[in-house]
Amino acid sequence: MSHGVAGEIAHRIESMRVNYIVWVWLLAVTLLEVFLAYIKVPIHIMLIALIGLSLFKATLIVAWFMHIKFERRSLVLTLIPALTACILLLNIVFPDSFRLKKMAEHRTEKAAAHAVEAHH
Amino acid sequence: MAVAHGQSKGLSLWGGGVHPYGVSHKKFGMWLFIVSDALTFSALIFGYAYLRNASSNWPTPFHIFPSIMVSTLMTFCLLSSSLTMVLAVYNAQHGRNATAAKWLYATMAGGVAFLVLHLNEWRTLINEGMTVRSNPWGDSMFGGTFFTLTGMHMFHVFTGVLYLWLMAYRITRGRTDSEGVEVSGLYWHFVDLVWMFIFPLVYLMSVDMGGGH
Repeated sequence: MSHGVAGEIAHRIESMRVNYIVWVWLLAVTLLEVFLAYIKVPIHIMLIALIGLSLFKATLIVAWFMHIKFERRSLVLTLIPALTACILLLNIVFPDSFRLKKMAEHRTEKAAAHAVEAHH
Repeated sequence: MAVAHGQSKGLSLWGGGVHPYGVSHKKFGMWLFIVSDALTFSALIFGYAYLRNASSNWPTPFHIFPSIMVSTLMTFCLLSSSLTMVLAVYNAQHGRNATAAKWLYATMAGGVAFLVLHLNEWRTLINEGMTVRSNPWGDSMFGGTFFTLTGMHMFHVFTGVLYLWLMAYRITRGRTDSEGVEVSGLYWHFVDLVWMFIFPLVYLMSVDMGGGH
């Protein structure tokens, strides 16, 4: 019995140690993100790197701080895949932003051409 | 306990009377709230990203000194408050309610520091001429999306601080158990998690590169 309690306390101390390590990792990744902004990485590489690092940080927080790593698999499978699918589905709006950008550029070019015509 | 009781009697896991997810209704309710709130924030972030991608004149008003340094400090406050929240839950689970309340107050201090720094940053941007409708740097949509996204997050931090204060009050008087603290911790960690996306996508992606936009 006492061995069981001692084992549980050892596990708790171990789990707290892991939480400190997770915190250090989160701080380190944040500093890496700031460093990428400081050295002025090209915007597309920056975007991919930042999304990747943010997902890594989110995984650490959900798994360790929010304890989902220790929850029953049925809970994880109910919450996470559905949420991920819904968030991914939001990407459906992005092609329209390219259309909007092209339209705006076309409008600017047309206005410039009209201005040149009016000048002549 | 109910799970073990149900399973030991040979009841079906999904037949009622047991907890198929192995968590209480309180904790499961918080998880469902977090999922719905995650979708709200996702929609706001995608809206911001949509408008930014559609614009050829998106402002990049933040400089490394002081804007990014201050927002990094804000991130440090939130991350550290998550660690103190873990310590509050840990102590509550060990029956050390007074210590758990102290860690909850430390977590609240992190949240309040974040709010003060954030409001000061808002004040600076407003003084520079930024409103929800316009700004001196470029696309007029920047102000509206920035204030909506960060304002929504700030509101969550503010309600989180109130929630933690309530939990500290209740656990000190023995009106809640460790699970109550754990559930409030889920909310606080979620608020922290959302900032892990807002900070890079809104701030770090809008750093003034010094060569125009």
